[in-house]
Amino acid sequence: MKYAIVGSGVSGIATIEAIRSVDRSGEVVMIGDDPHGFYSRPGLAYYLTGELHDKALYPRTSDEYRQMNFRYVKGRVKGVLREARVLELENQTSIAYDRLLIATGAQALPLEAPGANLEGVFKLDHMEDAKRILKHARRGKMAVVVGGGITALELVEGLLARGMNVHYLLRGDRYWSGVLDEHESKIVEARLQVEGVTLHHHAEVIEVMGKKNRVIGARLLDGRTLTCDMVAYAIGIRPRLELAIQAGLAVDRGILVNEFMQTNDPHIFAAGDVAQVYDPAVGRSILDSLWGPARQQGYAAGLNMAGKTTAYIKAPPFNVTRLAGLTTTIIGAVGGGHDKDLIGIARGDSETWRSLPDALVAQSGFDVNHLRLMVGEQRLLGAVVMGDQTLSYPLQKIVSERIDISSIREKLLAADARIGDVVVEFWAGLRN
Amino acid sequence: MAILGLFQHDVKKHAVLASGLVAPDPARCVQCGICTYNCPVGIDVRAHAWRGEPVIHNHCLTCGECVMRCPRGSLRFEKTDLFAKRKP
Ligand SMILES: Cc1cc2nc3c(=O)[nH]c(=O)nc-3n(C[C@H](O)[C@H](O)[C@H](O)COP(=O)(O)OP(=O)(O)OC[C@H]3O[C@@H](n4cnc5c(N)ncnc54)[C@H](O)[C@@H]3O)c2cc1C
Ligand code: SF4
Ligand code: SF4
Repeated sequence: MKYAIVGSGVSGIATIEAIRSVDRSGEVVMIGDDPHGFYSRPGLAYYLTGELHDKALYPRTSDEYRQMNFRYVKGRVKGVLREARVLELENQTSIAYDRLLIATGAQALPLEAPGANLEGVFKLDHMEDAKRILKHARRGKMAVVVGGGITALELVEGLLARGMNVHYLLRGDRYWSGVLDEHESKIVEARLQVEGVTLHHHAEVIEVMGKKNRVIGARLLDGRTLTCDMVAYAIGIRPRLELAIQAGLAVDRGILVNEFMQTNDPHIFAAGDVAQVYDPAVGRSILDSLWGPARQQGYAAGLNMAGKTTAYIKAPPFNVTRLAGLTTTIIGAVGGGHDKDLIGIARGDSETWRSLPDALVAQSGFDVNHLRLMVGEQRLLGAVVMGDQTLSYPLQKIVSERIDISSIREKLLAADARIGDVVVEFWAGLRN
Repeated sequence: MAILGLFQHDVKKHAVLASGLVAPDPARCVQCGICTYNCPVGIDVRAHAWRGEPVIHNHCLTCGECVMRCPRGSLRFEKTDLFAKRKP
């Protein structure tokens, strides 16, 4: 059996592990166009802040790769000949396959403004982007960051940590309105201001101004200009669908796959950020851009490719991240608002979060320890935990294992309920 | 605040550290490597987190550096299983 995997991200790596758990001898080849191979993309944020050395972002040693027993080809796949089951690479070579995985990930949507290709305008997708940003960042200089979601904040914080002065521009009236509620957005914004970030609401860059190919400022929709030395943006991502479209596979926002991660061509599978996965529980196909699901989907794809039929069961997505230095966990369905700063979804984001559940909201906490629960009829449908993370793990279990919470529902919804304590007691009871 | 009240076991903390081992939740881990980078004795905590295996290692000081620094809350201390085998 010949397996080909396009993309060297976490879903591709997990696919190889799964194939090898079933088939020790089949031929496995991975083709990737990122010169840095496999590394932790979410970790790029910590590389920007200086918490990590870039070398620490690579989880595998060459010895470990050897044990996985696959061939790695650096290059870009430009076409799939489905009839012949052959991949065509940009360097004019071709690779035959019996089972193909497309795990090409997603990439940042471009900033559509005159001047966006000047030197000094940055996105954050890859290791190369992070290295370019760090080369350009200078203590005491001025940066403008536009966009929303986690990556925009990671850019803000990375640049702050490198001693830059940062203007953060939001098109809407608050940060990440598709996922956070008003109070949560305000907590994040207040902390950014304390850190020295200058926030601009209802602000939009219409032109990046330059001189000799260097950024010198940003012109805003309201007529103002901000003097700056760099512009960084994170306005959403788009699955890399070129290959799937060329191959004539069924696509929507991502490559459409069933719960076995199989496309409409039974020899071709897709996983990770590029895949839009059918979720039988809700009867819809969903996009995530999350490391955990990318790994799990890759693993399920690998098992199915090697002949071990296994359904991918989508757990309620969650992410633990830092928003303006505040550890925040987002679990299940919590949002629903319209977000002017993002088109589609962002990095570390899930479409599920944006669906507004048919639920009542229970809320408690102060500015550094905040808790919001989406309370359904019998289950908790989602939660946001900011600051103290004691409840993050129990809530992740209660939501993902669909634990019946009828016995505490009333207590949670009572006026002035100490919902944190209610959950803690409930969890302690479950564990006994 | 109220949530914290129930969980502040400061007095007990030391005992837990001394007898605990580091247990990862792979679903939370993004393989960033901060744990491995900061482990004073060079244990590859990240590799344990990928496999979902507790850090059972003679050199582990249970210093808590990895647990404290993990930005994703993937690592916790769990009570030691006295019968767990330790790697030399
Ligand atoms: C800055 C940043 C912050 C993030 N934060 C979080 C977070 O907080 N939490 C979280 O869960 N997730 C986060 N993510 C998202 C997470 O990293 C992704 O969900 C995950 O990496 C997806 O893995 P993947 O294997 O699907 O795709 P990728 O990791 O994107 O890998 C796809 C690979 O395919 C290659 N490729 C594409 N097309 C071709 C081609 N034609 N030929 C050859 N190779 C090709 C690409 O170069 C790339 O290396 C973040 C990502 C970034 C960039
Ligand atoms: S620090 Fe946490 S998230 Fe990062 S590799 Fe270690 S366990 Fe995983
Ligand atoms: S507790 Fe300390 S010694 Fe043990 S693995 Fe973590 S960082 Fe290393």
